[in-house]
Amino acid sequence: MKSFNEIKKNLKKDFSSLKKIRVAVVGDSSTQFLTQSLRGYAYEEGYDFEIYEADFDQIERQIFDTSSSLYEFKPEFVIIFQGTQKLIKKFYKVDKSNATTFSEEHIKTVENFYFTLTNNLKTKVIYFNFSEINDNVFGNFSTKVEQSFTYQLRKINFELMNLSIRNKNFFTMDYCAISSMFGKQKSFDSKIYYITDMVLSLDVLPWVAKNITDIISAISGKFKKCLILDLDNTMWGGIIGDDGIENIQIGDLGIGKAFTELQLWIKQLKERGIILAVCSKNNESTAKEPFEKHPDMVLSLNDIAVFVANWDNKADNIRYIQSVLNIGFDSMVFLDDNPFERNMVRTHVPDVLVPELPEDPSLYLEHLLELNLFETASFSEEDGDRTKQYQEEAGRVVAQKSFTNEDDFLADLNMISEVKGFNKFNAPRVAQLSQRSNQFNLRTVRYTEDDIEKLSSSKEHASLSFTLKDKFGDNGLISVIILLKQKDTMFIDTWLMSCRVLKRGMENFTLNTIIKIARENGFSTICGEYIPTSKNAMVQDHYARLGFVEENSKWYLNVSNYQEKKCFITANY
Amino acid sequence: MEKTQILSEINEIFKDVLDNDEILINEATKASDIDEWDSLSHIQLVVAIEKYFKIKFSSSEIREWKDVGEMIKSIQSK
Repeated sequence: MKSFNEIKKNLKKDFSSLKKIRVAVVGDSSTQFLTQSLRGYAYEEGYDFEIYEADFDQIERQIFDTSSSLYEFKPEFVIIFQGTQKLIKKFYKVDKSNATTFSEEHIKTVENFYFTLTNNLKTKVIYFNFSEINDNVFGNFSTKVEQSFTYQLRKINFELMNLSIRNKNFFTMDYCAISSMFGKQKSFDSKIYYITDMVLSLDVLPWVAKNITDIISAISGKFKKCLILDLDNTMWGGIIGDDGIENIQIGDLGIGKAFTELQLWIKQLKERGIILAVCSKNNESTAKEPFEKHPDMVLSLNDIAVFVANWDNKADNIRYIQSVLNIGFDSMVFLDDNPFERNMVRTHVPDVLVPELPEDPSLYLEHLLELNLFETASFSEEDGDRTKQYQEEAGRVVAQKSFTNEDDFLADLNMISEVKGFNKFNAPRVAQLSQRSNQFNLRTVRYTEDDIEKLSSSKEHASLSFTLKDKFGDNGLISVIILLKQKDTMFIDTWLMSCRVLKRGMENFTLNTIIKIARENGFSTICGEYIPTSKNAMVQDHYARLGFVEENSKWYLNVSNYQEKKCFITANY
Repeated sequence: MEKTQILSEINEIFKDVLDNDEILINEATKASDIDEWDSLSHIQLVVAIEKYFKIKFSSSEIREWKDVGEMIKSIQSK
């Protein structure tokens, strides 16, 4: 991690080509260093954070007065930083008879901040949880005393998680975890605190800035989806081809425990929806042997969506993995113990994130945990099935090769799509797709779960969600349409689709469905728009391909003489 | 350590922290003499000097320095 001084130097650099995001920072201590490090760190990640900084200790006034300059600024994110040092002062002033309800009152205030902000602004709130200390008024016994600060403090941190679960646009910045990683002595400099009223040490600031940026970045649609693993000396100690299956270090052998625990963590990532791939310089059968036969391996072949073991260079192999998975290079992380391979991949596939690894394998896991590589802004139960879906996709690729005629192949898939409006059951997945889809996304408008629920009852909109299943498996909800009703025209506000169902005729099926809705509701024209981003060139000719006609950079299609497009998907309403 | 030695070493720290290679300090230099030296960067300087010399200043020392010379005296006293 770069130091605060280094990050601060970024402030003099040219931000003009970076993505602008408006961020407000309010705190109950001085926040100048926090805002400097936030803007400086975000530069490294390609963002121009335009920061509004409230005068210090103005949180209530700024938030509860909806005519304050905070509201004029119209931030996309509001970061609220209340520190343990201030919380404790508040607690000590509370009448002791109210000590047991202190945490409840605090949570109520925070929830009020949230509601006041989100009712008056289209914004998301990021709230620091608290570093957990023991004020030693009771010593260790405080854990038995509800009236103690220690008890109330930890209850606040716990209840902040519940508050985050209740409120979709409320995100907790886990400062407690950062401060425990550093220890109080390093994260808090009491001398500087008494002189300047700043509670974060210079050492901890870059980490705080990183974690805030990670949250904002994930919410803005930039996050990692896939972890590509080298095998020898990365997933186990030793070289399978030379040492043989009995001698590789995993489990109890040598420093095998370090690899076992790393694999356990990677398995957790897989279960929460990160796609795993293998990229190893080995013969395929040799590389697979430990997965099939070694009793101490945690990961099995079922956990790996794409397994590549050969003697080609790793950059080409990673390009191949990317083509099978059809996700952006910038959503991939590559782990390899060999500095040569890391540099090779960094040079030739620069968008893939290739973290440094310490030389000592016993440090791998701790190092990776610090990097917080897999921040996310959503989670749904079906995420864990993603690997299975990609394996099914690999099955389709093989099946397709056996058909010479594409139509025969598609017809043989027995595809069924369930078409539904938005509802509270599919809202989480619809929102997640809206956040995640970059390539097949015509206008890249991002919607939160909250927005989706509002759209579901909007009279001005018609909304559609599509699932797709076939004989190989169920892809789940893979496409979203939002139509805005304008007089006699339906404007396609959102057309997005998961890339894993490309080339199945889903576009034709979707357009047929849109036309059907338009006819039923008496609209004569469909209007679409393509807004280019750095990632959606794939759909630049989308409307032309479907027969829309361009006029003033919008695309139009006449409903009355529309000829139903060929497709092999059966609708299920 | 000699005053001149300390001066030249903290001069490098000043250049780095204040991000200006042209800074040249002497014992009489005050915060008001250098544009970049404000109350915020002062804290950065303190932390950087503490780290470099592996020392800790007391809060009263930090508040009482009038010029670079007094900083150097504090460093020498450690």
